[in-house]
Amino acid sequence: MNAPVLRVENLHFAYGDVPALSGVSLTIQPGEFVAIVGQNGSGKTTLVKHFNGLLKPARGRVWVGERDTTSLSVAELAREVGYVFQNPDHQINQATVREEIAFGLRNMDFPPDKVIRRADEALTMFGLRAYADRPPAILGFGLRRKIALAGVCALRPPVLILDEPTGGLDARSAEELLGFAARLRAEGHTILLVSHDMRRVAAFAGRCVILKEGRVLRDGPTREVFADADQLKHAFLVPPPVTQLAQALAPQIVLDTPLTADEFYAEYVKRSA
Amino acid sequence: MDPILVEDLRFAYPPLEEGGAATPVLRGVNLRVARGEVLGLLGPTGSGKSTLCLALAGIVPHSTGGEFGGNVRVVGLNTKHERVATLAQKVGLVFQDAESQLFNMTVEDEVAFGPESLGLPRATIAERVEWALRAVRMDAPAYRARSPFHLSGGQKQRVALAAILAMRPETLVLDEPTAELDPLGKAEVFDVLAELKRAQGMTMVIVEQDVEHLATLADRLAVLAEGRIVLEGAPREIFAQPARLRELGLDAPQVSAVAELFRERAGKPYDFFTVDEAREVLASRLTPGPSPVEHPERSEAKLKGRQERGKGGEA
Repeated sequence: MNAPVLRVENLHFAYGDVPALSGVSLTIQPGEFVAIVGQNGSGKTTLVKHFNGLLKPARGRVWVGERDTTSLSVAELAREVGYVFQNPDHQINQATVREEIAFGLRNMDFPPDKVIRRADEALTMFGLRAYADRPPAILGFGLRRKIALAGVCALRPPVLILDEPTGGLDARSAEELLGFAARLRAEGHTILLVSHDMRRVAAFAGRCVILKEGRVLRDGPTREVFADADQLKHAFLVPPPVTQLAQALAPQIVLDTPLTADEFYAEYVKRSA
Repeated sequence: MDPILVEDLRFAYPPLEEGGAATPVLRGVNLRVARGEVLGLLGPTGSGKSTLCLALAGIVPHSTGGEFGGNVRVVGLNTKHERVATLAQKVGLVFQDAESQLFNMTVEDEVAFGPESLGLPRATIAERVEWALRAVRMDAPAYRARSPFHLSGGQKQRVALAAILAMRPETLVLDEPTAELDPLGKAEVFDVLAELKRAQGMTMVIVEQDVEHLATLADRLAVLAEGRIVLEGAPREIFAQPARLRELGLDAPQVSAVAELFRERAGKPYDFFTVDEAREVLASRLTPGPSPVEHPERSEAKLKGRQERGKGGEA
């Protein structure tokens, strides 16, 4: 077994008197695609902000690779962990879209030719070529979100954290974005996806962690997690529609927890034959 | 008369720099929404949905400037000739970011703010606040005195909606009202909207990426692409074309993708698009239940299937 890329041990954190995390333990291996789900206020963003050093544990420990995050600066962590904010405007500040995407690359001291190449690739990947020379600030929300993502993805960090990346994006952009994350994963990157979009969690993440009131309620393969309708309900979550459909049909036909339309159809045909 | 009537609406935002070209966003939109009807507006990023919403409230072009052509009539008023403030009493506009619409100390003050600014008598204001809070299910005494900033996302959006409802608008225009909410918050907001439709017959235009929820609320859908309406019809009709929606970069409800597979691969004439409908259709084709006792062979098959289909062995 590889050394974990992220490790959290009995992590506690509070905003003033309000506890946000109350004893979270978690180990993530390189190359995993893990979804972190849970109600608003369950601690998802607070947890992932410990991986890029924006927050430091009040109690417990967090390691990125071999190193405790308290011994690393935010700049050092940024080389290991790329974080895409929920709100793109928290990270957009350059005069043109191309400059915006190149900004992080320059900060990491990539050689100039590599900055140009990587920025170019990211522009293409996210369909931003037409906007390359325009000021990002005046573009629509969906576009600004793509720009923020493109900037972080261009860095190809070993760990990529996507915090609600698909809100405000249309289906195609959301699929493209997560498809890109899946490709990075296939190259060995680790992906953490914080999301309310259960259809896409089901389609992309192999492992799913449910947080509730600052604790890990469930951690397991996505299919098993979504098979447990009662527990999801307890966490105020709903599985994807095809999973719900399979569960609703359970008195008459038992399907092996389908997570996508194709899986549902294949299972249904097989079991009803 | 239809409360919303849009005729050949063309609009371009003012150019970014002097001498630059204006960017056309709407390129001839025609739309009609009948009284009590809920129109769902779909479209990819940049298709002009938000601009259309702003035009229904007169903010486009009154507050934005730009080149405006055609007509937008809301409850008989041509937006071209009305002030935004006048239109605000006819068209309630709800945005995705609830927090940016809230600014008062308590939930009650928040909802009273609009009617107070109209200079209505105290009793009328109290009556409206009462009604609006009840309509969004935020009338429990525990909520009223609370700061709206200490509420959950779904509650905040419901308070923002109540503040709009207290103006007694004849139509509601909602621009992705649940985009920032968790599943519970989304469900709360959609429940409230369904109730407004049922009990008040409220006319609504709602932009929403979550087609699953939209499928159960909307009477009719219009799909906007590059500033034009390219598809329009009943949800069943629109969602029976998942391939066309995909082409436009949009989702269909997940069970309508299942119906499509049944049509294409098994020649079944299914056109369900909600989970309940799909369950009814599929359940009626099955023989009544197998024994509820766990089948040993099935458990094995289940495990095996899982190994084969596991998404990359993270476990």
